[in-house]
Amino acid sequence: MTHLIALSPLDLAIIAIYFAFVLYIGYYLKGRASTGDDFFLAGREMTAWIAGLSFLSANLGSLELMGWAAAAYQYGILSVHWYWIGAIPAMLFLGIVMMPFYYISKTHSVPGYLQLRFGEPSRALSAVTFAFMTVLMSGINMYSMALVMKVVLGWDINFSIWVSSITVAIYVALGGLRSAIFNEVLQFFLIWFGAMLIPSLGLVEAGGFTGLKARIIANLGSDSYIHAWSTLGSFTGNPMGIHWTGIVLGLGWVISFGYWTTDFLVVQRVLAAKDLRSAQLAPIIGAAFKMMVPFIVILPGLLGLAVLPFKLTGEAEAIATGGHSYNEVLPLMLARYCGPGLMGLGITALIAGFMSGMAGNVSAFATVWTYDIYRALMRKDATDGHYVAMGRWCTILGVLVSIGTAYLVMQFQSIMDYVQALFSFFIAPLFGTVILGMLWKRATPAGGFWGLLSGTLGSIAMWAWVKADPSAIRYIAFSEHARDMAENMYRGLWSWIICVAVTVAVSYCTRPKPEPELAGLVYGCTHIPGEEQAPLHHRPAFWAVAVSLVFIVLNLIFW
Amino acid sequence: MHTGSGISIWFFIGALLTIYGALILGYGLYSLAVPPAQPPVLHELHAGIWWGAVLLAVGLGYSYAHLPRKRS
Repeated sequence: MTHLIALSPLDLAIIAIYFAFVLYIGYYLKGRASTGDDFFLAGREMTAWIAGLSFLSANLGSLELMGWAAAAYQYGILSVHWYWIGAIPAMLFLGIVMMPFYYISKTHSVPGYLQLRFGEPSRALSAVTFAFMTVLMSGINMYSMALVMKVVLGWDINFSIWVSSITVAIYVALGGLRSAIFNEVLQFFLIWFGAMLIPSLGLVEAGGFTGLKARIIANLGSDSYIHAWSTLGSFTGNPMGIHWTGIVLGLGWVISFGYWTTDFLVVQRVLAAKDLRSAQLAPIIGAAFKMMVPFIVILPGLLGLAVLPFKLTGEAEAIATGGHSYNEVLPLMLARYCGPGLMGLGITALIAGFMSGMAGNVSAFATVWTYDIYRALMRKDATDGHYVAMGRWCTILGVLVSIGTAYLVMQFQSIMDYVQALFSFFIAPLFGTVILGMLWKRATPAGGFWGLLSGTLGSIAMWAWVKADPSAIRYIAFSEHARDMAENMYRGLWSWIICVAVTVAVSYCTRPKPEPELAGLVYGCTHIPGEEQAPLHHRPAFWAVAVSLVFIVLNLIFW
Repeated sequence: MHTGSGISIWFFIGALLTIYGALILGYGLYSLAVPPAQPPVLHELHAGIWWGAVLLAVGLGYSYAHLPRKRS
């Protein structure tokens, strides 16, 4: 079959060396994963930098890289909101407001925090939904990655799936979370060094950012692709079909805060920090780098609009016409500028992105399964060694289930259409439950559980309603012109509101926990060590303000 | 951050970047002498040479700063 890129022996050597390194790190660390704290929480000894870079890297999957480059080609600079307002405020909020409660409570997971705050039913509900969502997402990512490798490199799908997943299974099963985190830091560097050349050379070719904008306007006849905010006054004024309220309230508030503050995949990295200050600084360091990610993701998509001599289309049209789809924009730009060696580095960056995302999924799944499902519901009194062994087996099992999911998706590709919806079913209401649990003493165990359940069911019901009657989108998203992405944003917002309303109502009808039982879990009942004695540059709040200022300036520049 | 018996994760990163830098710089210099049949866009900028040099410099810097023997 034809494919975009032909790899030279030098490129293959670069990829092979990468695999050898990640496996060696797992092997080297295997002796440091003998206790539960070692295996599941990396001994709680990570510095702020290690935890922060790993926190970001676990989110930087290859699909994230290629998917958002594709979105930038399709929707223009609006895609940058998923990196800025859709991430930065939430990451700073996690560091400054929520991390003290996660860290001081000494929980090993987000469902574990819910158990401490609201009891077993809330933990069971969130643990089961998280485990289900994690292996499903992992399998879908695996399939999508293998598909890209087939289209771009001509690699067999089975080869890509098995080689990359077995490698992840080996290094995580050997070294636990410590191995996953160390490899994620390594992968973070590879992603940046592998991907940075594309925008750098692209800007040279386009004549700088001014030249890039001029070319896009000339090619598309509109400047709506190069403004982040000024086109959001109406649903029809921008390529994404979304209103600024959807971006600010749906994405910037509910979806973003839900993902960055309650998705255990990312929170687990910060829980491994060596002390509270490191745990608070880690998401702030992550936020500083997250703001820069559009340079290697969004900019290549925009450069594709400016310099590629042909037009990219949707997947179906690309298959029908033999052309290229939006999803191929990043590999196309890589092939445009990179010769042997640099090409291998770029492909290694994509593989590293995939593996860091998968390792994040697998290590989080192993922890939630072992502590929040197996120990909580099946075997409460086993030894620490037994749970570590379960964690290792679970890592392998999680990878195998993900592989099974990947093959399932291969047979029933419509599953892909439901992924974003699935994500919004669970994440948005979970944020409502956790934030009320942390900040409101009066929230009761019954309120927490029923709020979480009704928010989740409400979200599923809204999704089913629009599926059955597409015109219902005018009630969910306030406009019949709203598109899928806008629907997800507004559905997330509604499900969060339902969760909060039910939690408040049920809490006022039921008996709250006595305050001594809330120590270390809730604002007002927890002693949080002050930072008054620390020099200004050691204080998380100082760096949060600095990152906030850069965030504001960037939004104004690209308004 | 150590990996248990003295080797820092930063050393691993430095070592990998050093190897990559040497390979990419080496090929970049080779392609000066033997230009590729189908050069990429902006080949005249010789990205392989300067990017390989950057990787090599960063890699050597990290490796030296975090040599295992220095962190006993």
